[in-house]
Amino acid sequence: MGQQKEAATLGMWAFLVTEIMFFGGLFVGYGVYRFMYPEAFHFGSHELDIQLGAFNTGVLIASSLTMALAVRAAQTSKKKLLIIFLAATFVLGAIFLGVKVVEYSSKWDHHLVPGSHFQRPEGAPVQLQVFFAFYFMMTGMHALHMIIGAGLMIWVLYGAVKNRYHSNYYAPVEMFGLYWHFVDIVWIFLFPLLYLIGRH
Amino acid sequence: MSSTSVDQGAVLERPPRGSKPLNYLNISHGLRSWLLTVDHKRIGILYLISVTLFFFLGGAMAVGIRLELASPQGDLLAAETYNKLFTMHGVVMVFFFLIPSIPAVFGNFLVPMMIGARDVAFPKLNLLSWYVFITGGTLTLIAMVAGGVDTGWTFYAPYSTTYANGWVVLTGVGIFITGFSSILTGLNFIVTIHKMRAPGLTWFKLPLFIWSHYATALIMILGTPVIAITVLLVAVERLFRIGIFDPALGGDPVLFQHLFWFYSHPAVYIMILPSMGVMSELVTCFSRKRVFGYKFIAFSSLAIAVLGFLVWGHHMFVSSQSIYAGMVFSVLSMLVAIPSAVKAFNWTATLYKGSVSYQAPMIYAFGFLGLFLIGGLTGLFLSTLGTDVHLHDTYFVVAHFHFIMVGGAIMGYLGAIHFWWPKMTGRMYSEGWARFAALVIFIGFYLTFFPQFVVGYLGMPRRYHVYPEEFQILNVLSTAGASILGAGYLIPMVYLMVSLFKGKKASPNPWDAKGLEWQTPSPPPTENFPVTPVVTENPYNYPGMEDERDREADREHAPASA
Ligand code: HEM
Ligand SMILES: [Cu+2]
Repeated sequence: MGQQKEAATLGMWAFLVTEIMFFGGLFVGYGVYRFMYPEAFHFGSHELDIQLGAFNTGVLIASSLTMALAVRAAQTSKKKLLIIFLAATFVLGAIFLGVKVVEYSSKWDHHLVPGSHFQRPEGAPVQLQVFFAFYFMMTGMHALHMIIGAGLMIWVLYGAVKNRYHSNYYAPVEMFGLYWHFVDIVWIFLFPLLYLIGRH
Repeated sequence: MSSTSVDQGAVLERPPRGSKPLNYLNISHGLRSWLLTVDHKRIGILYLISVTLFFFLGGAMAVGIRLELASPQGDLLAAETYNKLFTMHGVVMVFFFLIPSIPAVFGNFLVPMMIGARDVAFPKLNLLSWYVFITGGTLTLIAMVAGGVDTGWTFYAPYSTTYANGWVVLTGVGIFITGFSSILTGLNFIVTIHKMRAPGLTWFKLPLFIWSHYATALIMILGTPVIAITVLLVAVERLFRIGIFDPALGGDPVLFQHLFWFYSHPAVYIMILPSMGVMSELVTCFSRKRVFGYKFIAFSSLAIAVLGFLVWGHHMFVSSQSIYAGMVFSVLSMLVAIPSAVKAFNWTATLYKGSVSYQAPMIYAFGFLGLFLIGGLTGLFLSTLGTDVHLHDTYFVVAHFHFIMVGGAIMGYLGAIHFWWPKMTGRMYSEGWARFAALVIFIGFYLTFFPQFVVGYLGMPRRYHVYPEEFQILNVLSTAGASILGAGYLIPMVYLMVSLFKGKKASPNPWDAKGLEWQTPSPPPTENFPVTPVVTENPYNYPGMEDERDREADREHAPASA
């Protein structure tokens, strides 16, 4: 059992390294273009809704807290608490995604979604579309990870309801927790890069 | 050859003669038992069958390419068909044959056996990786049947994103999905090697095959996600024109090249490192002598994995990269040749004063040495800034990478098949035919690709289906060589298949080799070892070590084996 848990932990960390490289490609592209087109990127970040972004940041940080508490509950065999904290994490994740939908649809209404529908606002640099291409790819990939996370959470929650986890066996909860924290951390980078830098 | 070493733990238990011993092959029957297996050995066999199919598919495309190039006019194929052929040849060979070949077949089969484990760390993920591979492969095949792609295996933007006709997105999705099978395999190897080694098997007692697979696995998990996001960006760009690679919208096509080569240069080491691991096993075994410079070979694998990530810019010397960046990448590329050379020298030194025997696997190993040497050295020509301006995008480059990827990697792959075939199948193949095939392949290979160095140096660009008359002689030579090479690859198919039915039964250790995998019956039982082995010895304790230096090395290792 011990060896199995060690293996799972190492495997999970290795997987997260893979994830870092995956997002890394996007971050590098973002960095290069931000360096090349500072005005377009300034303009772009002004088009984003900083209040919604900040709200979502808070939501995700809270969900990381509930997730950490869920792992703690599993370690100490507190079944009820485990279910409550997992459910809370799930709800917070859902709120985040809901807000994202609101943001996306307002971008659509303002013709800021890259592609044939895109219309450059008055006075915007040509490369604004590149900014939005990165905005949607980065937040989109992040949201996809959240959705996958929500799916996994249902599975973990199911295990909790079935009373599978206790102080001697909680690896799935812990592994899922690592994943969830990782996804949160990605957002912690995305928020300043997309919403904050370039605002005065 | 009598072995003087003590056996590595109590694993030589064999079932009594007469009764049919159960092994991983005959323990259960039927398609279902194979498609749902989580046995790493069976998964290795599943991969073996699948990559062989892809190999012959890619080979058939190469036949088309070479036939067209037999004459200077474009008489056999239309330009577009030709473009599609070389693109799909590259895609199939790189992503669906070379990358999975040795790791997914032999790595899967051997990593647990060599470290005395029952299976890999995550057997179910292992099976999943095969299904992912098949799904990606099927999608790519569908793209080919539906009309193909003509961008070259490199998918350069803006060609792939804007101008190319064909099924770029579907092919990309296939490659994207297949990438996950690499990642899962890499993850499994890393965790397995870290956590599942038999008692007493310290890092410096690991076979070098394991070291090279560890390095490969590192590249797999660090590099593959980058190609995944890159392919995804190409697909999104192509579908929606979002502007990331499109200059009209401010995007930069060269960014694509950076991202692509950031993965694809390390990926060439995914293709060659496992083969180098095989080499280390073959050379020592058939020299009956401990491998020379064990630690150097082990660490050079890691050095290659690390340095390999720092040289991608050598593909972009003439793609508007700054001259200073070019200089740095040039120097770094030359550095990468050092660990490769360290290996080559160590293998050669292993031969020195060894009692070398020329059995089929060893002939492939010699083939590897000869071809990899030329491939690697011509890499230095290409990484020299000035010469690369002349040689870039010519047949010289084509010859360079074929010498390594076909000459090196496939020689290693075939060497592995011949070396471990008795272990995998429990049967011996015809030694005479095997040696003959190795020779045919070597000669065919040389004749195919050596003229390409010359014709490339003279200025023939790659990827065109017509060329000036004066290049015809060299191209005809190359096509003639390709016919011999093709025949050479078919011969093993025949005698290996025949061996399955008519071959002599293999003993547990037909080569008198030292690895743990040889200490269990051929074919092995599902649980690999009847009793978990305890390792007390260094690897490669071959008798031919009565040599001052070896004894010294032995003393050096002694404390570790306490
Ligand atoms: C020994 C160290 C090596 C060096 C210094 C080296 C150097 C280079 C350079 C500079 C190029 C770019 C040439 C050009 O496009 O103008 C190149 C191309 C290439 N090399 Fe190597 N190489 C080395 C090893 C390898 C290995 C081990 C492999 C494969 C297993 C490999 C596979 C390739 C491939 C596939 C290309 C061409 C890609 C394309 O444009 O389609 N190389 N190499
Ligand atoms: Cu390269």
